[in-house]
Amino acid sequence: MRRAALISVPYIWLLALFLIPFLVVFKISLSDIALAIPPYTPTMRDGFWNMLSQLDFENFIFLTEDDLYWKAYVSSLQIALISTVLTLMVGYPMAYAMARAPDQWRPTLLMLVILPFWTSFLIRVYAWVGILSNEGFLNQFLLWVGVIGEPLTILNTNTAVYIGIVYTYLPFMILPIYSALDRLDGSLIEAAEDLGCSRLKAFWLVTVPLSKNGIIAGCFLVFIPALGEFVIPSLLGGSSTLMIGKVLFEEFFSNRDWPVASAVAVILLLILIVPIVLFQRNEQRQAEAET
Amino acid sequence: MAETVFAPWDDPTAEPIIRFRNVTKRFGTFVAIDDLTLDIYPQEFFALLGPSGCGKTTMMRMLAGFENPTEGSIELAGKDIAGVPANKRAVNMMFQSYALFPHLSIWDNIAFGLRRETSDKAAISARVEEMLKLTRLEKLARRKPHQISGGQRQRVALARSLAKAPKLLLLDEPLGALDAKLREATQFELMDIQEKTGTTFVIVTHDQEEAMTVASRIAVMDEGRIMQVATPDRIYEAPASVYVADFIGDVNILAGTVTATGADTYALTWKDGAAPVTAVSEATFTDGQQAHLAVRPEKVAIHTTKPEDVDNLLKGKVLDIAYLGNLSTYHVELPGGQIIKAQTANTRRLSRRSITWEDPVWVGWTKTAGVLLDT
Ligand SMILES: Nc1ncnc2c1ncn2[C@@H]1O[C@H](COP(=O)(O)OP(=O)(O)OP(=O)(O)O)[C@@H](O)[C@H]1O
Ligand SMILES: [Mg+2]
Repeated sequence: MRRAALISVPYIWLLALFLIPFLVVFKISLSDIALAIPPYTPTMRDGFWNMLSQLDFENFIFLTEDDLYWKAYVSSLQIALISTVLTLMVGYPMAYAMARAPDQWRPTLLMLVILPFWTSFLIRVYAWVGILSNEGFLNQFLLWVGVIGEPLTILNTNTAVYIGIVYTYLPFMILPIYSALDRLDGSLIEAAEDLGCSRLKAFWLVTVPLSKNGIIAGCFLVFIPALGEFVIPSLLGGSSTLMIGKVLFEEFFSNRDWPVASAVAVILLLILIVPIVLFQRNEQRQAEAET
Repeated sequence: MAETVFAPWDDPTAEPIIRFRNVTKRFGTFVAIDDLTLDIYPQEFFALLGPSGCGKTTMMRMLAGFENPTEGSIELAGKDIAGVPANKRAVNMMFQSYALFPHLSIWDNIAFGLRRETSDKAAISARVEEMLKLTRLEKLARRKPHQISGGQRQRVALARSLAKAPKLLLLDEPLGALDAKLREATQFELMDIQEKTGTTFVIVTHDQEEAMTVASRIAVMDEGRIMQVATPDRIYEAPASVYVADFIGDVNILAGTVTATGADTYALTWKDGAAPVTAVSEATFTDGQQAHLAVRPEKVAIHTTKPEDVDNLLKGKVLDIAYLGNLSTYHVELPGGQIIKAQTANTRRLSRRSITWEDPVWVGWTKTAGVLLDT
């Protein structure tokens, strides 16, 4: 009895925080826009069976008719993918350096990686506006050094979005890779060198494969939230930056079209389920390999 | 034609393959290797023996290229190897921790080193199969290291280090996790490989019997220093110090002062009021000098009645009997509390053995049975 109660806790949690909200959103996505509060019909006030009978897939069909939506999805995928690769390229060397650092330094370095979380995410993104704008610190510095003649336009472009995403999600990349590299037995590298590998070859043949799980975990942890990212593209991106998070926000708050916004959200979730399931499988495999 | 004995260490013209010259290795202020000078010759089977933490692995790591000496130099085949990276040395090492690649199968682990030097798939495959057969791992080739037992892992590590047929092979406790039968078989296999390939082996072991079986020479180490380097029989029969005598095998030590009683015979007064024991020694001692007599238990005979014509004879009673199957060791307590161990072969069945606990007995040995040592 107690066992059953214990096991049911996470399921109740999932039910309350994921499944029920999802069902609500899904129901709204099948409704029609209305000038009312809430701004859609039908609702429970029309009676349960009556409500069910009025639901339809109109909004989903609408999404396929206006090419803004699929373009936004594709563009989001593209931006999320590129940012993930960039984050990996920046994060891996940092994680590697941390894992190789002398023991007494490691807690400090870990602390430094986590430190940004102590300030609000929003403030940190705004700080990037100050850095990247035409009159921002970066341009002023480059002008002062004399590398450039006139300010670079970085803010309000996709470049700024990449910088923002890489910056924000870097810890999520570093931590799993660091933990994989930290566990790596140094004598394996020595064995590889002993058997004729150069440093680089040993890195490629031993270190990289053995940190694979950390790399996969890090990539998913960056890719999944980056796909639906809203704050970074809307603050740092320009009018041409097309991301599904932004579209979603506009449908909800500018157009007040909750049903279409919900349909967008449902599709986004369906897209995300694939990497989430893959991520779970990776975690599971890793856990199995360790026992 | 007289058979030539393999003893390059006695040949002044022989070129050593490894030469440690006044090598010191410090970790911080801790001295792991202390001013070590040592020559190892081609085709030797050189065993390093010593208590845990005496610096055996550190010596190996310096040879393999993972540590650099703090002072002194190491030469490999006449060339100073300081600064030569590990992957450029014709040396392979079997790690004490095995260091198998967990993401690769047994097969790929063994093929790892071969793939670095050739891309000839057929040659690699043939060599790997050969190694698998040698270490009796054929059935496990497709498994990953975490799917096999400790002893099997050890064999994979051995196979991997053997695969490249290096000039010099460093084995850090290669057989510790094997059962007695397999260990013996592998020891002979190693000697066989050594004979066939002419590879020089340096082997670390905690097992004296193993060192005795396989080694051409044994170095006994203590706290970063070499106490003695000699052939197994010299190490056993003519240890250079009490430490070596005590470390290798079982030994009875009597400490006292010596007086010369003949050209090369000495009397050792080991206890006030007891008759001195006599011993023959090649080394010379001055009268009144402190000395130790080391006698191996198997050279001490045990008697139930007082025998005649024995150089050294002491009376005591049996305190303990250690039965080892083929041998029995009797712990005989002398009147002063000193214990003398005497070993006899069990040529008769246990039930017919005549000596038992608390029996008064005599223990005796000849004057050439022991070695007189000053330290
Ligand atoms: N990297 C290191 N830093 C500091 N001390 C070390 C280091 N490596 C080894 N030591 C010390 O040097 C000494 C010799 O170590 P080594 O590993 O050579 O011992 P060993 O003879 O191989 O022992 P065992 O038989 O237990 O394997 C030990 O006291 C060890 O603590
Ligand atoms: Mg060791």
